[in-house]
Amino acid sequence: MQTLRRLAPQIVTLLAVCLLVTLFFPGFLDISMSGGRLVGPVIDILKRSAPVALLAIGMTLVIATRGIDLSVGTVIAICGAVAAWAIAGGMGLWAAVALAIGAGLLAGLWNGVLVAVIGIQPIVATLILMTAGRGIAQLITEGRILTFTDPGFAWFGSGTLFGMPVPAVIWIVTGVVMAQLMRRTALGLLVEAIGINRRASALAGVNALVLLIAVYMASGLCAALAGIITAADIRGADANNAGLWLELDAILAVVIGGNSLLGGRFSIAAALLGALIIQTIDTGILLAGFPSEYNLVIKAGLVVIILVLQSPRLATEWYFWRRSVREGPPPATTKEHAR
Amino acid sequence: MLLTIRSLTKTFPGTLALDDVRFDLAAGEVHALLGENGAGKSTLIKCLTGAYRPDAGEITLDGAVVAPRSTGEAQELGIGTVYQEVNLLPNLTVAQNLCFGREPRRFGLVSSRGMKAMAEGMLDGYGLDIDVGRDLGTYSVAIQQIVAIARAVALSGKVLILDEPTASLDAREVEMLFDVVRGLRAQGLGIVFVSHFLDQVFDLSDRVTVLRNGRHIVTEDIAALDRVRLIEHMLGHALEDEVEARNAGHLEARRPPMLHFEDMARRGVIEGFDLEVGQGEVVGLAGLLGSGRTESAELLFGLRAATAGTARDQEGPLTLDSPRAAVRAGFGFAPEDRKTDGIVADLSVRENIALALQARRGWARPIPRAEQQRLAEMYIERLDIRTSDAEKAVGDLSGGNQQKVVLARWLAMNPRFLILDEPTRGIDVGAHAEILRLIHQLTDEGMSVLLISSELDELIAVSDRVIVVRDRRHVAELTGAGISTETIVHAIAQHARKDGEAA
Repeated sequence: MQTLRRLAPQIVTLLAVCLLVTLFFPGFLDISMSGGRLVGPVIDILKRSAPVALLAIGMTLVIATRGIDLSVGTVIAICGAVAAWAIAGGMGLWAAVALAIGAGLLAGLWNGVLVAVIGIQPIVATLILMTAGRGIAQLITEGRILTFTDPGFAWFGSGTLFGMPVPAVIWIVTGVVMAQLMRRTALGLLVEAIGINRRASALAGVNALVLLIAVYMASGLCAALAGIITAADIRGADANNAGLWLELDAILAVVIGGNSLLGGRFSIAAALLGALIIQTIDTGILLAGFPSEYNLVIKAGLVVIILVLQSPRLATEWYFWRRSVREGPPPATTKEHAR
Repeated sequence: MLLTIRSLTKTFPGTLALDDVRFDLAAGEVHALLGENGAGKSTLIKCLTGAYRPDAGEITLDGAVVAPRSTGEAQELGIGTVYQEVNLLPNLTVAQNLCFGREPRRFGLVSSRGMKAMAEGMLDGYGLDIDVGRDLGTYSVAIQQIVAIARAVALSGKVLILDEPTASLDAREVEMLFDVVRGLRAQGLGIVFVSHFLDQVFDLSDRVTVLRNGRHIVTEDIAALDRVRLIEHMLGHALEDEVEARNAGHLEARRPPMLHFEDMARRGVIEGFDLEVGQGEVVGLAGLLGSGRTESAELLFGLRAATAGTARDQEGPLTLDSPRAAVRAGFGFAPEDRKTDGIVADLSVRENIALALQARRGWARPIPRAEQQRLAEMYIERLDIRTSDAEKAVGDLSGGNQQKVVLARWLAMNPRFLILDEPTRGIDVGAHAEILRLIHQLTDEGMSVLLISSELDELIAVSDRVIVVRDRRHVAELTGAGISTETIVHAIAQHARKDGEAA
């Protein structure tokens, strides 16, 4: 019940955006079964939102500790490059997956050490990998777009599991597992505590150092999964463009999810809804038939509207306005009390 | 009188910061304003400079009632302030700083020649021989302070408030600054001088006003006071009844020793000290601000790494290299600044109480919600924490209740050794007494407590033993009947006197 109340703004927004798209493109909500897999615009959105949704999971945790991880877009490129390199080198499917995930964890470890041990501000610390990382990815792919033909690996991008696109299954499962891990253990509380007051938490015996590093590694892990999906989808690694600017979409998803950039209380589910809202807007604009030049402008406009509607100040004003209207003339209230 | 303040009162949620305070300042005098942290000095100054609006009371300047609403308004009225941290712009030139906001203009443009002349005119009489065209940041802090004073005097010109102006100056620079201040006094300015260096207070001031717990304690000519009396005023007199009641406790046989600290030290922070804590014993740490009280506690809790020293209990050596290690050893620490170091403001009362316990259990073994709820409700009742319910964010509680939540967090751990740094600062009288009662109760149950406090009443009332810290050294240990306001004040004052002789 409490969870539902927390998620209500995001759910309402998502429904509103869906409704808006349906007005322009009546077939938006159609889902049909074709060759053992579900197809339809909604399914497509679930599939395409995979990279941003995965990044948003890790980003939510990082932001909860009052940090930010700008490097995730680049880590997608690195992990994709590592996976493609391993596949092209004939190391096999699972070695490629393991190496890509390892690369993501390593990137997270690097960020985490810079932030937690050395004490660099998160935005600066992760900026280092954000800029340098594309170079690393290019070194791995030797400056080319490294392509491969491994149907096993491509399954992560275009396969089907239980009728659903594999990328959609991956992000939903990752989200559920991560959210449960946070709420069923004490991790969520401890992460929120260090995000609100690291010093007081450390004084209470919370191992803030290890937790911070772990959170950045979780973000690296999520980026690695997104990297695998991205590489598998195009059957190749593009060091220059894979995951480009996705860190910004992920931050946006977290913010639309109502999580404060100042750290503290967080909700992974809300951030995932945020990612869905973004992807629905993206896909919806295309479906509605607007020329592609309008995409970014319309998207920006919708995002501004969503954020304004969600702003706490507006909510307070709205609350007082409604109350003053409801209470209206004093006699009416008295009557109600008398009853 | 140039400036008179009558029955000034200011409350913050849960705290009475100023309670019916009066203060007088004559033209041509330096009036020192003294008191420990939380005594109300800065609140008083902020009311004077318009940063706070007092709840009640009257400020009269030159015979007219004033109520400044901003620093700018206070300056126009004639009240200027210079803070410990120079609040000028180091990357602008001295002249730009001095003329900031009222630059001389020529054809609508700032005239640099006019500005130079104006700046040099303002600095005239301060005995400074500096190039006003150079960046302020290239000069020493002392010169920056004097520039700040020159600016404040030029802008305001009646009352000058110096808030800890000497904290980052060396002896020679202090002399230089004092010469300037004496010059201004001769010109007829009224100067309010806030400092915790008593030698400087005796050196410079004409009169002294002491505040304690937001109340006016005394105003006297400096000539009529000696160090011991002054410190007594600052730290307070003993509440005779409480002392009688506890003195019986002092006379009890020494408690069985539990913890031994030997030669604990950190270079430049605190000199090596030995400390033995008995089971169920309250050890008090007395000393003035900056004497090394808090630092001693931080060393014991592993918050600052000790560069030397060993700790052991009856079973063997203890490692105390981090708060986590100290918690494992059964220690607890309620820090002085509960807002920044104690509470986690946005978390609920329940979560704050469970935090330390959860940290010790590890993340993989969460405390069940029902258990957390039970803990929270138990301590809300036992410590009488005033909150609507356990889910309220701690940041929304009053100071005293926040302190109780921090205490509850540690009590839930059932520590054997609890360090309380100023546990009653800034909290109302009722909560104050409750916390002292709680300390009695806990030690009766066998817990040992290290109590740091600026209030001698409090130390005397609850301590079995008092250790006096001064000048980053543990210098005296008082036990039993030897614990009294007089003995503590003497132990603290000795140092100041020695210092005075050396200077």
